[in-house]
Amino acid sequence: MAVPERPGAESIRVHGWWYAHRYLILRRASQLLVLALFLLGPWFGVWLVKGNLASSLTLDVLPLSDPLVLLQVFASGSVPATAALIGGVIVLVFYLLVGGRVYCSWVCPINIVTDAAEWLRRRLGIKGGAHLSDKTRYWLLGGILLVAAISGSVAWELINPVSMVFRGLVFGMGLAWGVVAAVFLLDLFVGRRAWCGHLCPVGAFYGLLGEGAVLRVSAVDREQCDDCMDCFAVCPEHQVIRPALKGADKGLGPVITSGHCTNCGRCIDVCGRDVFVFTTRFNKEPRRAVAGANPKSEVSS
Amino acid sequence: MSDRGNEKSGIDPARRRFLTDTLRTVVGVGLVALTLGVYQRQARALPATTIRPPGAGEEEDFQSKCIRCGLCVRDCPYDTLKLAELGDEVALGTPYFEARSVPCEMCDDIPCVKACPTGALDPALTKIGEARMGLAVVVDQEACIAFQGLRCEVCFNVCPVRGDAITLNYQHNTRSGKHAFFIPVVHSNACTGCGKCEKACILEEAAIKVFPIALAKGMLGKHYRLGWEQKARAGEALVSPDTPHEYNLPDGMSYEHGGRGLIINEEAGGAAAPAPQPFSSNPLDTLNRKGGL
Repeated sequence: MAVPERPGAESIRVHGWWYAHRYLILRRASQLLVLALFLLGPWFGVWLVKGNLASSLTLDVLPLSDPLVLLQVFASGSVPATAALIGGVIVLVFYLLVGGRVYCSWVCPINIVTDAAEWLRRRLGIKGGAHLSDKTRYWLLGGILLVAAISGSVAWELINPVSMVFRGLVFGMGLAWGVVAAVFLLDLFVGRRAWCGHLCPVGAFYGLLGEGAVLRVSAVDREQCDDCMDCFAVCPEHQVIRPALKGADKGLGPVITSGHCTNCGRCIDVCGRDVFVFTTRFNKEPRRAVAGANPKSEVSS
Repeated sequence: MSDRGNEKSGIDPARRRFLTDTLRTVVGVGLVALTLGVYQRQARALPATTIRPPGAGEEEDFQSKCIRCGLCVRDCPYDTLKLAELGDEVALGTPYFEARSVPCEMCDDIPCVKACPTGALDPALTKIGEARMGLAVVVDQEACIAFQGLRCEVCFNVCPVRGDAITLNYQHNTRSGKHAFFIPVVHSNACTGCGKCEKACILEEAAIKVFPIALAKGMLGKHYRLGWEQKARAGEALVSPDTPHEYNLPDGMSYEHGGRGLIINEEAGGAAAPAPQPFSSNPLDTLNRKGGL
């Protein structure tokens, strides 16, 4: 099966460029907005949000903390104070609902780097690379918790590119640009989606959180699929699409239930036939409930 | 890997592949974990000029609680605190300050401690005077001009715990023979490690520096007992009983060591009979005395 070099061409023709990039644009806006909120303080003296993604305080009332970092604190044998715990629970509940890896595609700054690497990789036609198991991330997740437990220190945060880059942008990069470059080159040459899809233990953790998420992408109109492979080409975790899109014979529902799905919505963007929509995991109807929910596609088809 | 090879070894190719992949992943992750473990041990060694914020406690405990969010840095009103960047010698993302550049101003409300969400900066610290961020040490007694007999006392005067954390020890200046040295002495029971003395030191390179406490403090062997402290606590000497020293003195005299010194005629019955003085008040008596002087 050939993967298209420029996926989404049909969608652009049918829907127009903006509509065929709507979730991508929204995601970039979301990622930049989160960053901007943190930078308003240090750059312009408007302190809406203080801290960084590890832990923050919004408007001096709302604490938010990264549950994975707190898990490392627990593993290292300490108990964080109440403020951090409350913040951690709020974040935990949020991602349990919307899907853990929403963090990856809508918040994480590294996502922009790896998306850029993936785009360039496709355009340059770079194929193959090292064979990495996508289970490696779970081993790494276990590994970092083990190191925290043995060393009694939040050790992973010494090298975690995800927190390092965001903290760097907000507080000062130092040599962290080198880490950004390393992740970019890793994804460009070593393997497709090598970091986010195979190695990143942060993503692995949020993936586990997202196993039961309410907000999901669903291939509601999967009978419309013409096997153009565009969604497979753009999906950062393309193994999650097949069961939902092609699983009708095996009696599988159209909802993408895997926790690995980042809810990035790129499959919805690039599909010229409007197969995919955002819905809840409980909506198991294979067809759209309301015909003509997407008037634009009707006009163009 | 050819099929024939697999037939020979008798292992199902899928199984072989699974085992190879698993082994490779485990070894790879194990190496990463090991490297991380070694790296974090190094990161625990705090450079000598790096001081942690108030309430940070021991480095090991601090690093297990600090989640590197930078909220303490944000709430520091004097921009004293910095967050370690990649390339700094301090554990990445943890807060610190360098006294010689910007010392701690010792805010009464300690905003950095209040900002900490995890308790890495101990919320039990409510009086900044009880903070022990580090300890000032007069590191270079050759360069410190007080040791040259010059008046400076800048460190003594800028100290926020003035008169307690640094005192001046007056010593005779043997060079001039008629002046005093005003020697600064730091006391660990009062020094908060704020670093104002290091910042203010007038030398080009400070002669008084604040170090992390683990670096600055010596420690007496645990088996040591200071005799006078033990004696004070027990009310008497513990090793052997005190025996009064006997002095060979003329009649009517006694000597109290470590007390009043020479005591003349105290117990001779008061003013009834004036005691014979060893020296006459009339100098002629001495001159006319028989025998040598």
